[in-house]
Amino acid sequence: MSALDPVVELVRGLWTTLKMMAEKPVTYQYPEQKREVRPRFRGRHVLKRYENGLEKCIGCSLCAAACPADAIFVEAAENTDERRFSPGERYASTYEINMLRCIYCGYCEDACPTEAIVLGDNYELSFFDRRSAIYDKAMLLEPVPSPEMLTPQKVEPGKYDRRSVPEMKDPQD
Amino acid sequence: MLSDWTLWLEWFIKSLVVIFALLGGFAYLTWYERRALARIQSRIGPNRAGPFGLLQPIADAVKLIFKEELTPGKADRIIFFWAPVVTLVPSIIIAAVIPWGTKFTAFGREITLYLADINVGVIYLMSIASIAVYGIVLAGWSSNNKYAMLGGLRSSAQMISYELALGLSFVTAIILANSMSLLDIVNVQRAVPLQIGNFTIPFPGWFVFVQPVGAVIFWIATLAEVNRAPFDMPEAEQELTAGYHSEYSGMKFALFFMAEYQKMIVICAIAATLYFGGFLGPFVDKYPLLGPLYLLIKVVALLFGMIWVRATWPRIRYDRLMSFGWKVMLPLSLAITFITAMGIVLADVFHNQLYYWAIPFVSVLIGLFTVVMIYRELRRKAYERA
Repeated sequence: MSALDPVVELVRGLWTTLKMMAEKPVTYQYPEQKREVRPRFRGRHVLKRYENGLEKCIGCSLCAAACPADAIFVEAAENTDERRFSPGERYASTYEINMLRCIYCGYCEDACPTEAIVLGDNYELSFFDRRSAIYDKAMLLEPVPSPEMLTPQKVEPGKYDRRSVPEMKDPQD
Repeated sequence: MLSDWTLWLEWFIKSLVVIFALLGGFAYLTWYERRALARIQSRIGPNRAGPFGLLQPIADAVKLIFKEELTPGKADRIIFFWAPVVTLVPSIIIAAVIPWGTKFTAFGREITLYLADINVGVIYLMSIASIAVYGIVLAGWSSNNKYAMLGGLRSSAQMISYELALGLSFVTAIILANSMSLLDIVNVQRAVPLQIGNFTIPFPGWFVFVQPVGAVIFWIATLAEVNRAPFDMPEAEQELTAGYHSEYSGMKFALFFMAEYQKMIVICAIAATLYFGGFLGPFVDKYPLLGPLYLLIKVVALLFGMIWVRATWPRIRYDRLMSFGWKVMLPLSLAITFITAMGIVLADVFHNQLYYWAIPFVSVLIGLFTVVMIYRELRRKAYERA
């Protein structure tokens, strides 16, 4: 502490801000230059499929029950071997998420018994009217690599009849 | 002579140049401030609209023009309408007396590079600068909003407190130049040949070298005059929801914004004129058109100083602002004026330039003494609190 402190401290402050001018800006030029999202980033939902193309979602509505914002609406229907959407008895005939209500908390992900719903990486979700805020099943389902893997599939009878809950692993990341 | 229509034309064109320089300067000062602040904060700032974001002010203007203008229900409509105008007009007309060059010959006539060289230029500056605060106070009063009114009151109180120090630092420059005309003040600051050994180097005779403490006082007082950080109490967003222009929107708000930034430009031009040699620079006598360029460079540098200060220092508390204005700035500027006058008188009486060149040293000593006294006062307060 010296008697000239009132001035010295002011000048030190000025020097600090001037030094900052030499630093590289941290800005991302967003639309051209995008930042990698983190592994646990919670973006737009995706409905996952198994490797053979069947949907993981079994229409149990646990996600809708877990949702604190009441954003998810699920209606289930019965699977048959002629028209099979998912393994087991039932599938989601309607799956809608209202993106105006969703708060991206990820509780649906946690509640899902088959790891069907996952919060993905996409965060570019702007839209112009309220109607397009509702994402339906066709928008949420993961795309398939080949057209014969689309659901509903015609499968050999009895193969997916059991209640098929996959083996759940701990999260990796 | 006044029947000479070309003279009228010349004045008209020069007035237009001043007005458009200020309007364009305002637009690009906002851009400059945002870019500079962004760089200080490790950002880039506006860079989308046009190259380097140079079209950003135009986009902002278009946005402001199309915004809805609201008038509060119980506002005093007439005053509410005129307050932005009262704020804006002085900030433009104050620029009339600032010289931006000497004179040059074109179209077979001598054209002076200043609008008006009136012999009471400094008094004109002082009076016009104080008018601008009326607009702010009236805006705060007519808005029928307690925050706006507090902003207006703070503005007037601040203006009264700091105008004294500002006026005295004007007086210092007047004493040094022995004239109130801004053109004379600039001309006195011409380079003085400095003999070092066998070499004669032209040392700028800017008043900032003769009276550095006066320049600092002027600078602090101008920051308070134009309501800039760290003295931006009248428009403190956090305390007063933007102060006197809380209730203004659209173009009316834009006028306040414009006035504030034009005042910044003008006050920097005045600071450059009074203390930094105005339009003077190398070769300015041979090529008079360099004058405006030198003035521009100085103004931009001083504006950067304002932006830099805004980026660095937090807003000062209101009671401290007042006590700083009355207990530090006013006595210090009185002492500085006294020292300057004494130095000049003694140099004149004893025919010894040594007295003149003692002014900066004695002033800096007084300035350091003031800093020490501030330090002691702060220590005493801390001791009393403990």
